[in-house]
This record gives sequence, structure tokens and C-alpha cells, in this order.
Amino acid sequence: MADVLTAENADAARVGAAKRALRDARRRRSARSRTVTLLLALAGCGAFLAALCVGEYTVSVPEVLASLAGYGDDGTDFIVLGLRLPRALTGVLVGVAFGLSGAIFQRMLHNPLASPDIIGISFGASAAAVVAITVFGLGGAVVSGLAFGGALACAVGVYLLAWRRGVGGYRLVLVGVGVGALLSSTISYLLSRADIYAAQQAMVWLTGSLNGVGWPQALVPAAALAVLLPLTAALARPLRGLQFGDDSARGLGVLVEPSRFALVVVGVALTAVATAAAGPLAFVAFLADPIARRLTGGTALAPPALVGALVVLVADFTAQHLMGGVQFPAGVVTGAVGAPYLLWLMARSSRIGRSG
Amino acid sequence: MTTHHRLRVEDVHLGYDEREIVGGLSLEVPPSRITMIVGANACGKSTLLRGIARLLRPTAGAVYLDDRSIHQQSTRSVATVVGILPQAPSAPDGITVGDLVARGRYPHQGWFGRRTAEDEAAVAEAMLATGTVDLADRPVDELSGGQRQRAWIAMALAQRTDILLLDEPTTYLDVSHQVEVLDLLTDLNRRLGTTIVIVLHDLNLACRYADHLVAMKEGKVAAEGRPSEVVTEATVTEVFGMPSRIVADPVSGTPMVVPIGRHHGGAAAPSSGPVPVGAPEQR
Ligand SMILES: Nc1ncnc2c1ncn2[C@@H]1O[C@H](COP(=O)(O)OP(=O)(O)O)[C@@H](O)[C@H]1O
Ligand SMILES: [Mg+2]
Repeated sequence: MADVLTAENADAARVGAAKRALRDARRRRSARSRTVTLLLALAGCGAFLAALCVGEYTVSVPEVLASLAGYGDDGTDFIVLGLRLPRALTGVLVGVAFGLSGAIFQRMLHNPLASPDIIGISFGASAAAVVAITVFGLGGAVVSGLAFGGALACAVGVYLLAWRRGVGGYRLVLVGVGVGALLSSTISYLLSRADIYAAQQAMVWLTGSLNGVGWPQALVPAAALAVLLPLTAALARPLRGLQFGDDSARGLGVLVEPSRFALVVVGVALTAVATAAAGPLAFVAFLADPIARRLTGGTALAPPALVGALVVLVADFTAQHLMGGVQFPAGVVTGAVGAPYLLWLMARSSRIGRSG
Repeated sequence: MTTHHRLRVEDVHLGYDEREIVGGLSLEVPPSRITMIVGANACGKSTLLRGIARLLRPTAGAVYLDDRSIHQQSTRSVATVVGILPQAPSAPDGITVGDLVARGRYPHQGWFGRRTAEDEAAVAEAMLATGTVDLADRPVDELSGGQRQRAWIAMALAQRTDILLLDEPTTYLDVSHQVEVLDLLTDLNRRLGTTIVIVLHDLNLACRYADHLVAMKEGKVAAEGRPSEVVTEATVTEVFGMPSRIVADPVSGTPMVVPIGRHHGGAAAPSSGPVPVGAPEQR
């Protein structure tokens, strides 16, 4: 009897010690994640403020804050609130949308190559935009609308082509890459046939840029994100389950097919909205989550959204002000950063002998 | 004395695309017992287990959990009763062992994944039992095969289900860890009355640990019952296509299969000493 009791006490003590050790480990991890998230948010605010201050006329930080608070003079209000705020805001919205859509696809499909700019969805938007610009001579909001439609149509096509009694993650990536290649050669063909002015306009669109963004262009992604962000938050739980592969996810009670369908819809909508607003902005969706996860070591969804926003703001700032007086499209900068990472990732995954 | 959940397979047909792998199999899983499924490679053991765990929808027939078809119950409520460790589970990039095991609590948690005291206790006990507490901070993809397997088993244990299905839980483990894992599962069964179904490639360990042994051949049950009834030279020849001798396991007294092979058939039957049977299944 006494033996049984001591054995039980020893057991309880062991469980207690293990609980404490695990709780400490978890606290360390979540403290790091919280700190990094906070730092990312602060850096984002800094970049946002810089975007409002710097330009042809430099406005000081107090003046910007006064304008934002409604106490600015007319001239400053015009520059800060009328010109720079919509652009910076669009940069944030677009970055958040790209960052989240990349995280959704990469995590759901367990593949760092599965971001929407690699698996073809962005190419759908691009192809539609290039047709609109070079074949029909359209511009402005119509091109954005068609790009949005192109992304959706392309996503539906990829989903249907990949469907075989359900959509396996790996097949979705392969079909997406194939469709992307098809569309990108179509784009090249159209560009080679277009007149030089239209082709140049199309190239700027294809690179992705926030040039000429004003309030009308900023309101569309703002309204879209007001709907899509709560949906993304609601889908975070099934996404956590799906990260374990279909079998384990089903075993844990995840409704695999409906969850994946809902996540694809939200992810595609995020990509389509962002691409329609700013063009494809190479690699933002692709980079945001890997960076966020390396920094935080966790799987929350706020960090990739913040990284996306920060990358777009910094890229746009660099393209506007740091390229020796010439204004580049922001996509030039994100492309220059993203391409080496893609190469590194591919080299690494072929070295350890797994395809992504 | 609590009653345990019951699992029954009735004339189930399972396959991939048009190919039928399991054709009309029926099985009553004895509650609160350890059932082992054995059979040659590719005979459909994993397919059957996936069917039982509702990961694969049968083309005909059904799996019943407490007399209701498992596919007609909410997948979440099934997940609080039936846990599965698939043959080749995949972890998200960079996830730590602690987070992996905690994910076993998924079906018990609300939409925001708030952790309760019961969650903490379940995770701590599962990690203690599998000796993974010290690995809590390590990324799963940097572990050795054996450590990783123990982490996955801990995740399945943390789910605290009354029925636990495991597909080859001892692959990648050396002999001592294989025995350790099977002892651990036996403890669980004896202590809580958990119903356990294991696909195992090692026939002799299966004989030793099984209360109920199911031998499969080409998607059908070739024989089932207590190991001592099932494992005869005739069934081993039929199921594995291999001539053998059956001796008593010197440790447990359960049947032990000694394969004959082509080169040693003339020697007298060994009277003692364990002989390894069967190689780990290729993945
Ligand atoms: N996902 C799958 N798609 C198509 N065929 C499969 C799949 N999984 C298994 N099979 C086939 O089903 C058969 C039985 O496989 P399995 O149940 O894994 O056998 P075991 O676990 O007994 O070795 C094999 O021929 C295998 O090739
Ligand atoms: Mg198998």
C-alpha cells in the first residue's frame, strides 16, 4: 500500500516537473514570437512614416503627424493626405494581402515553392492585364478589374485541372507551375507583337508598382481586406491542422476538402486583390512567410502579413528615392531581393534531395 | 468499470481510383485489447487502417463506431475517440517537438486553440511516456528517425483517444526501442483500457504483444484469433509464402516463427536463441 502511494506521488511529481519544463519552453518561444511581431510592427510604422515624409518636398515628422491628426496646413495636407497617404496605405494593404496569401498556400501545400506568384495565379492576372493593355489599348481601373478576373479564372482552371476525387497538394503545385509557364509564354508572345508604347506600359504593369496610386485605387483593396482579413483569421485553425498533411489532418478531425477549398478561395482572392492594385510585385508572397517563420520560429499569421507590408513599403521607398533620381517600379526591388532567395531554395532542396 | 467504444468493419471495399485493394473485409476489433495486423508487403494493411480511421472512404461496406457508420459522424467528434498515427506522417517545416505533440490536442480545443489544464497534462504525460520532454525545443526535422517516431507517438498519445490506430509505429527504431514502444502501448492498454490496433511487420513481436492477431492476404483476412491459434506453419506459408518452423518464444511462450529459407533447411530446428524474422518494410 505504502509502495503504491509513493509510486503515485513520484509519478505526479514527474508529471509536474515535465509540465513546468514544457511551460517554460513554450513561454520562451511565445516571448520571442511576440517580441519579433512587435518589432516588425514598429519597423512597419517607421517605413510608413518615412513614406509620408520623404519626397520632392520633405515634410517633417511633426508636420506629418499634425496633418494626420487634422491640424495640418493646406499645402502639407495636400502632399501628405492627398498624394502620399493613399500610396503608402496601398503599399501596406498589398503587402499584407501578398504576405497572407503566400503563407496560406505555402503552409497548406507544405511547399515553400507553392506561393501564388510561383504556381501561376499571378500569371493569370498578368496575362489578362497584358491582353487589355496591348490588344485593346485599355488602361487604369479597367486593367485592374481584368487582372482581378484573370487571377480568379486562372485559379479556377488550375483547381479543376488538378481535381481527381479531391485536390492533392502536390498536384496543385505541378498543375499551377504548368499553367503559369503556358501563360508566361503567352505574355511574351503578346509583348513581342505589341507596339512599343503599349509594350512599355505593359512591362511596368508586369513589374508591379505603386506609381500614380491615389485614393480611388486605395479604397478597393481596403474594402476587400475588410472582408478577407476576418475570413483569414477564421480559417487559421483548419490551416494549422492541414499543415500536417491530409492523413494526419483528417485524423485530427479537420474537414480536409472543405477547408482546403475555403483556403484556396481566400488565398486566391487576396492575391487577385493585391495584384489588381499594384501588379504582381515579384516574390513578396513567396518571401514573406519564410522570413517571418525564420524570425519568429512560430506559425502565427500576423508576422507574414507584417513582413509583406514592410517589404512592399521598403521596396517602394527604395525604388522611388534611392535609385539615383530615377523612379523605378517597386517590383524591380522585390525581384532583385527575391530571385537569389528562390535560387538558394532550389539549390538547397535539390542538394538534400527533396523536391521542395 | 467504464464501457469502451466499439469498432467494427463490415464487408468493406477500399481502393485507389479504380484499383480495389481491400475487397469485402469484415473485422470485429475487440474493445480494450491489442489487435495486431500482419501480412506481406502491399497486401493492404495500411489501406485497411486508413479505411478504419475514415481517412479513406470505402466504395462499399462501412466501418462502424459504436454501431454508427464512422463516415456519418462528425469528423471532429470521431477524432476525440479514434486517434491514428499514419505510416508516413509529415510535419510542418521547422515545427518543434513540443508544438507537434501539443497539436494532438487539436480536436479537443476550441476555435482559438486556448490551452486548458487538461491539454497541458495530456501533453506532459505523453512526452514523459515517450521520453521526449528533453526534445521539446528541438525542430522535428532535425531529429533522428527514432526520436522523430517517438515524437509522433507522443502526439497520438496526447490526443487521449479511447481507440488508437498505429501504422508501423516501430519503423526506424532499433530492437530495444521497438520493444520500448510496444511496452508503452501495452501499459496504456492495461492502465486505461485503450483499444489499440497496430500494423506491425515483425511477426514475432506481433505474436508476443497481440491479444488478437489478424493475418491479411491480398486484402482479405486470412486468419484471426489468438496468436497461438493463428500462427501455424500452414498459415505462415499461406500468408507470407514462406516455409518456416514455429517454436515457443523462450521469453513469452508465444509462437515464434523461424523462417527456413533456401540455404539452411537441412539443419536441426534451433532450440533456443531469438531469430529475427522479416525486414522492415520498404517505404
Ligand atoms: N495513395 C495510393 N494511391 C494508389 N495506390 C496506393 C496508394 N497507397 C497504397 N497503394 C497501393 O495499394 C496497395 C496496398 O498498399 P498498402 O495498403 O500500403 O500495403 P501494406 O501497408 O500492406 O504494405 C499497394 O499495391 C500500393 O501500391
Ligand atoms: Mg503499410
